[in-house]
Amino acid sequence: MLIKTGIPTAEDLSKVYPSEERMLKGPVAIIECFQKIPCNPCTEACKQGAILPMKDINDVPEMDFDKCNGCGVCISRCPGLAIFIVDRSYSEKEAIVRIPYEFVPLPEVGQKVACLNRAGEEVGQFEVKKVVSGGKKNMTYTVWLAVPQELCMEVRNIRLGGVLHGE
Amino acid sequence: MPEMKQTEILVVGGGPAGLCAAAAAAQLGASVLILERDSKPGGQLVKQTHKFFGSKKQYAGDRGIHIGDFLLEQVETNPKVEVWPDTTCLGIYEDGVVTAEKDNKHIKIKPERVIVATGAAEKALMFPNNDLPGIYGAGAVQTLMNVAGVVPGKRVLMVGAGNIGLIVSYQLLQAGVEVAAVIEAAPKIGGYLVHASKIRRAGVPILTSHTVKEAYGDKTLEGAVIWQLDENWQPIPGTEQDIKVDVMCLAVGLSPLTELCWQAGCQMKYVAELSGHVPVRNEYLETTRPGLYVAGDVSGVEEASSAMVEGRLAGVSAALSLGYGKDTAPQLQAEALAELNELRSGPAGEKTMKGILKLMGKEGAAC
Repeated sequence: MLIKTGIPTAEDLSKVYPSEERMLKGPVAIIECFQKIPCNPCTEACKQGAILPMKDINDVPEMDFDKCNGCGVCISRCPGLAIFIVDRSYSEKEAIVRIPYEFVPLPEVGQKVACLNRAGEEVGQFEVKKVVSGGKKNMTYTVWLAVPQELCMEVRNIRLGGVLHGE
Repeated sequence: MPEMKQTEILVVGGGPAGLCAAAAAAQLGASVLILERDSKPGGQLVKQTHKFFGSKKQYAGDRGIHIGDFLLEQVETNPKVEVWPDTTCLGIYEDGVVTAEKDNKHIKIKPERVIVATGAAEKALMFPNNDLPGIYGAGAVQTLMNVAGVVPGKRVLMVGAGNIGLIVSYQLLQAGVEVAAVIEAAPKIGGYLVHASKIRRAGVPILTSHTVKEAYGDKTLEGAVIWQLDENWQPIPGTEQDIKVDVMCLAVGLSPLTELCWQAGCQMKYVAELSGHVPVRNEYLETTRPGLYVAGDVSGVEEASSAMVEGRLAGVSAALSLGYGKDTAPQLQAEALAELNELRSGPAGEKTMKGILKLMGKEGAAC
């Protein structure tokens, strides 16, 4: 259960997923934000009008998936790092998953990195296609990953190693 | 320096509430002096590298460190505001004199209004060997990492899954420190679930209904034994787990820092929902001692976003009481009250709302 483990359940996720048909059309934002908290920067980030204005700042975000063009501006603007873009139109076998990333070192384009699911378990090593800065002030990067189609709703993080102060 | 420093409004504490109070009062024309115990004002913002929640009006989406710099710049560029860092307020007396320690000197200040924005202090937790070196408050770890650039150790057990525990865990990961687990005595994660999901997908287990049985180590912390709690918060024998860590981080809540309010003679009330004894105050944050206002965590522990709005409300109200901004201040007060209401109106603010009603003696009133 999300409130006990931090891992959203299939039921939680089913509430925020676009239709299969929309997914296959091209990149679309998936907002994995399930709790009513006072927060609304996503609604202001979206210039397409796809993230609907909130009546109450405590509302959970609501999307009009047909208006979303997958621009991804919202990824680095969400303070909770809860927005991902999935593009299933990328190729027959692979989809692109764009994730927010705030760790050093940054992955390099072409590098194969350990991809993790929502529980932090490695589900495979896949290629980084793009690394985009959110800007000097924003400081959140967006990492584009090419993952097998069947894992596009699983991969939500990467692990690179980097500086570890352990052994 | 004159023997008795005069100012219209004295703000005690240069955190988010204090800085916003000073800026708001000065914008209306009042002269303000801020006393800050630390060498750099900003309060907890100076180490908050994460992005803030809330709305644009509370700088949502910006990182705490940047908000701190912005708020500081706002007061430092206003000629009406004077900031005294490295200055500790010592007392507020019957005759209205406030004393402080600055550069090893005892200083007297005679303000016309006082805004106490002293914030809160971390709570401790009782368990065997909780005095071993390596056991820190989460705030101390955050200061070490994000202000001093020093990692606290190699492997951490985080105690507490409120926002502070979750956020500091994330920042430990960013600093390259392993987080063995986050444990939480309550059956539910207390902080925002997006923060929890962020560290969970980085591989950190979050164990609710778990607490520390004991810590152990020869000279410094070497590990901790944790165990599970049943629905009555009683430990379940046989559920012990030994976790090897050289750092334990306590993020088990905050208590309002109200010493000055007690000493100033404000009427105090214990309100569990506001995290302890807090001064009784009216809607505009004036306490039972006329001319003494409170803002931020000292009047009930909450998020920094509401602390900033409370600061603004107290600053405007104090300035208005001195005759400043008669035409604009009521509108500013109404806006601040509306913002606070908005921030607190959801499930995340339920506890605070309940606490404030209790504090103001309106338990029976509808929300």
